[in-house]
Amino acid sequence: MNGTAAQILAPHELPAACRALIANGGRMQMAYAWFPDPEGPAEARYLASTGARQPWTLWRCHPAHGEKIPSLAEISPLLGWYEREMTDLTGIAFDGHPEPYALVLHEGAHAERPPLDPRAPANRPLALTAALRNLPEVTGRDVQLLPFGPVRADVLESAQFLFFYIGEGILHYQPRLFFKHRGMEKRFEGLTAKPGALLAERVSGVGGVAHSLAYCQAVEAAAGCAVPPRAQWLRVVLAEMERLYNHLHYLGHLCHTTTLKVGEAQGKLLEERAKQINARLTGSRFLWSVIAPGGLRHDLDTTSLGAALETLRGEFTGYAALLERTNSHLDRLFATGVLNRQAAFDQGATGPVERASGLDRDLRRDHPYAAYPALPPAVPTRDTGDAYARMQVRVAEIEASLTLIQQALPRLPDGPVASEYRASPRTEGLGWSESPRGSLYYAVHFNAEGRLARVKIKSPSFSNWRVFPLVVHDSNMMDYAINEASFGLTIAGCDR
Amino acid sequence: MALWTLFGLKSGKATTGWPRRGAEDGQHGVLGMPRYRPERCRAGCDDACASVCLPGAIQIKADADAAGPSRISLDYGRCIHCQHCVDACASGGFSASHDWAFGVRRREDLIWAETPAPEPVSELNGMIRRTFGRSLHIRHVDAGSCNGCESELQALNNPFYNLHRLGVFFTASPRFADLLLVTGPVTYAMRDPLKETYRAMPDPRWIMAVGTCAVSGGIAGGGYACQHGVDDILPVDIYLPGCPPNPAALIKALLLLLEREEPSIQGGQVAK
Repeated sequence: MNGTAAQILAPHELPAACRALIANGGRMQMAYAWFPDPEGPAEARYLASTGARQPWTLWRCHPAHGEKIPSLAEISPLLGWYEREMTDLTGIAFDGHPEPYALVLHEGAHAERPPLDPRAPANRPLALTAALRNLPEVTGRDVQLLPFGPVRADVLESAQFLFFYIGEGILHYQPRLFFKHRGMEKRFEGLTAKPGALLAERVSGVGGVAHSLAYCQAVEAAAGCAVPPRAQWLRVVLAEMERLYNHLHYLGHLCHTTTLKVGEAQGKLLEERAKQINARLTGSRFLWSVIAPGGLRHDLDTTSLGAALETLRGEFTGYAALLERTNSHLDRLFATGVLNRQAAFDQGATGPVERASGLDRDLRRDHPYAAYPALPPAVPTRDTGDAYARMQVRVAEIEASLTLIQQALPRLPDGPVASEYRASPRTEGLGWSESPRGSLYYAVHFNAEGRLARVKIKSPSFSNWRVFPLVVHDSNMMDYAINEASFGLTIAGCDR
Repeated sequence: MALWTLFGLKSGKATTGWPRRGAEDGQHGVLGMPRYRPERCRAGCDDACASVCLPGAIQIKADADAAGPSRISLDYGRCIHCQHCVDACASGGFSASHDWAFGVRRREDLIWAETPAPEPVSELNGMIRRTFGRSLHIRHVDAGSCNGCESELQALNNPFYNLHRLGVFFTASPRFADLLLVTGPVTYAMRDPLKETYRAMPDPRWIMAVGTCAVSGGIAGGGYACQHGVDDILPVDIYLPGCPPNPAALIKALLLLLEREEPSIQGGQVAK
């Protein structure tokens, strides 16, 4: 796979390799499984980073029929969810997993064969029987269980949250996600590369640019296709514009949870302005239908973009300064939902969440793609790991994105925006991008006919949802909504 | 807090007067459903429009013997306005448009027809008006969307659109809701919660399918985890395709339900 140093490891060699990787400062990034031969067994793959600008480490593992792979969740806790996902979707079993329950498939879901097994009957819906919840036992006088959702208040994505609580105090919190699991990875199978970009945009709508970018880069890597410079630069502009409207929404929503009404209105008004700028540039308020394998589908007219963003910057600067002077808002954020550096690292926090906990990681700088080598972004970090730090990181990222776009616009190279590409049979590619919410990976595999055989999506919210409960246990109900908003999670990307 | 009061007063009004005549709808540049021009459809082409249509909105009729426009069936209920048909058609049979207000009462109005049949006068007409006056309370259920539709639904309450001014509100409890607004293709895990929410609503109640996924399944429908939209499970009163439908399209569809707007789409075409 492109950009990786690959190794084939036997199942029993994995724990030692994982320990050595972590001892040397490496970090696991994702794991997935696929079926290289439609009639054969599944292969497990582990992707890890060993440092900025170093090739990714890739381990391939072929368990014998019925052989269990030793779970690495005790060594690298963030892998816990990936292993459970592999079991649900491909049937690979793990030995010694600390949480051996279904994750991606709903408790009570039945499939004849794991859904990603090529021998599974096509388009047969999963059966569902009464769901048993795997909950820890929390007992004691006055302990109550509050199940909230999956249909929640207001216009929100579906998920269920279970709180064990006494009075205001939350003893234990367990999110039940994946109500929205659509089987998106399976939908790519059998498609050619081009329409796959449309699917990628719709995995997590508000991350459509980051998703299509990572997907297209994976496809381009597999095909050995060089993207023209102008397209590379415009991809950076689009990716940063996506960050803008997402982070502006974030600030408005955070004000909503601290009941700062005018602050909420202003944040959401600025988000609307950003979306209207998006539409004038691309025809889509979400910047969709532009990025495609090989470059862009059409050139963009950026003549009035700079001026529009400068106006937005003026309004944003005043807004951000007001937020920093509002004690009622800040008091609710200080020391709320503290995520310490070690937990953020071990559990796999990503994006603004990890950068607010002192981890200085950003794919745009550490593993640069598109035109980021020529346009290095400022990467703001904070050390306190609380909701305030998470807000501050995003405020600084809005400023950095505006600056980056203004640097890019006058230097946009001329020339074509698309190049020919041809997907070759039996190739594979890895693509990544730093979405507004953190690291995003696409691994694509083409079959003998040059069609997609497997697409694995690692979305940032999959990582951050795993981390989030750590800062909810032992907190209080009054802070919950603020805490959740400060993480800026989406559910669609996590559930897929 | 005085800071914010002052800020609010200084900022003035940000809300559009739309859909009042002459006011800004905020959708400058937004591309909508491609317009089909059968007179430009050429015989003997390679059916590129249908082959690039991922959700299958454009299909070649199985029983078609003739060449040209009669070969094509076109369902805007499946359209995600990705514009691939516009790019692919060499003769201009599909052209980009700003037709995004595609809310309809009848599912068949989303299917392109040469001679659209006008909507029959229903005895229900006027009933919504009599029941709700000018007010409406909505319970939204996300049945597996990509969050694009939610993003636009949330935008309805931003100061630019300010949905409240039209007497339309989102409510937390289905007990207080008049309209169940559903997004997403309906995943196997959201099927029962969706039905339960509907059961909890008092009569009279209406259902609106928002977004191409909720109307027909869109790009996510089918497979091992999804239905083909809300129709499979509950009776839909208003269909609004779009991927996602923009806030102005959402407002138009809500006003259509409230009979404060006339239907604008018939037989897959903007009514004359």
